[in-house]
Amino acid sequence: MNAGDTAFVLISAALVMLMTPGLALFYGGMVRNKNVLGTIMQSFIILGIITFEWVLWGYSMSFGPDHGSIIGGLDWFGLKGVGMDPSPDYGSTIPHVAFMIFQCMFAILTPALITGAFAERLKFTALLLFILLWGTFVYNPLAHWVWGVGGWMGKMGALDFAGGTVVHISSGISALAAALIVGKRLGYGSTAYIPHNVPMTITGAAILWFGWFGFNAGSALACNGLAANAFVVTHIASAMAALSWMFMEWWHRGKPTTLGAASGAVAGLVAITPGSGFVGPVSAIIIGALGGVICYGGVLLKSRLGYDDSLDVVGIHGLGGTWGALATGLFASTKINPDGANGLFFGNPGQLWIQFVSVVATMVFAFIMTLIILKIVDVLIGLRVSEEDEIRGLDISLHNEAGYSL
Amino acid sequence: MKKIEAIIKPFKLDEVKDGLSGLGVKGLTVTEVKGFGRQRGHKEVYRGAEYQVDFVSKIKIEVVMESGLVQEAVKVIQEKARTGQIGDGKIFIIPVEETVRIRTGETGQEAI
Repeated sequence: MNAGDTAFVLISAALVMLMTPGLALFYGGMVRNKNVLGTIMQSFIILGIITFEWVLWGYSMSFGPDHGSIIGGLDWFGLKGVGMDPSPDYGSTIPHVAFMIFQCMFAILTPALITGAFAERLKFTALLLFILLWGTFVYNPLAHWVWGVGGWMGKMGALDFAGGTVVHISSGISALAAALIVGKRLGYGSTAYIPHNVPMTITGAAILWFGWFGFNAGSALACNGLAANAFVVTHIASAMAALSWMFMEWWHRGKPTTLGAASGAVAGLVAITPGSGFVGPVSAIIIGALGGVICYGGVLLKSRLGYDDSLDVVGIHGLGGTWGALATGLFASTKINPDGANGLFFGNPGQLWIQFVSVVATMVFAFIMTLIILKIVDVLIGLRVSEEDEIRGLDISLHNEAGYSL
Repeated sequence: MKKIEAIIKPFKLDEVKDGLSGLGVKGLTVTEVKGFGRQRGHKEVYRGAEYQVDFVSKIKIEVVMESGLVQEAVKVIQEKARTGQIGDGKIFIIPVEETVRIRTGETGQEAI
């Protein structure tokens, strides 16, 4: 056991925890003011739901003893046997329970990302049930595949340092399924859904950027050089993507926007996540810069294709995560992490294929499972609020509160 | 007594206020309003998507004065609020039947 490593992972867990309320502000600023609390609540309450789920069965399903390379068993139900001694498999220098709570914060953030897709129209009861089912039947298996001992993607050699597939592709593609099933907001095409508080969104982006250091550097599970490298490349990619998104929008629409710079920063963070423990600084510049450009193109797609992904989860997390996972197959280097692998540009083209397989498998699994879960929720309690409630706004109709009063 | 309602560009408020004070106007009421006229709206861009915003932000000034002052006040407002660009706003003059000062109960000219 190592005191420095333990302190670092616990602080990283706290940083990742802060990302979820940060996301709530990021999303909350982008909706209309009648939905600000409803949107913030959709992220914030997941801190409650998933913590409950994770402690009882989520952690065990994700990291518990393997069954057929597909899922962990329920041997660790209620954290049975997950104690203060280190686990030999998950951070051998920190208490097992520290690893558990660090991972808990990832399990919370991931479904919170999806809520941007159905912002401004989902029933709160539908949200609660959806999140519980999605966490259990989509997140837990995916986390097991990639990070659990014996999971098939990990065994195949797929590289995902901090959650490109598990967190970003899974939430992004589930967001696409959700936008398609839940349907467009009232007035789509004729109403301008203008963000009501861009400064709130920038504040949220800043908190995300800050928390992401825990997300990526903390994934080293030790206070060492690998963690420092992850910290550095995370910052570089975010900075580059803020610039590249801003310049893209400037060139395309004539003005650089603050919302664009903030969106780009988040896109860069998404893109570097899977590779943050495997790539060096110059690679991070390329991953970040292209991440901003790709995700800017991604958010333009929705109006072309006609789905209402309210806050661009597909464009930023789906596409950014996909780019990041593939980029890891291009730029990974064993000089950075001897436990990883080399990518295409370091003489190992096979890694790109492995990354590609992991991307496609994640997409197919997350998309189909999300469709099924949303259909079940629809049958049981219905997905959308009534038209009248949607027009009044979720704050008053679902929560009996107003975000702002005179 | 007359009331002048002027819709002006927001950044012209201070100049107009100072101009009216110079005439001896003792009080006025200001509201942030939105609307459209010949200027129509403008475009806003969020994440590369362009939105047409139909209503433009303006300031509405309401000021009540004795009828004799009106002509000069209108001249001052027009002078101070004018940029020569489309969207400089409008001035409306409305007759006022009575004015009451709430604190003292004074009415008419005295209450303005």
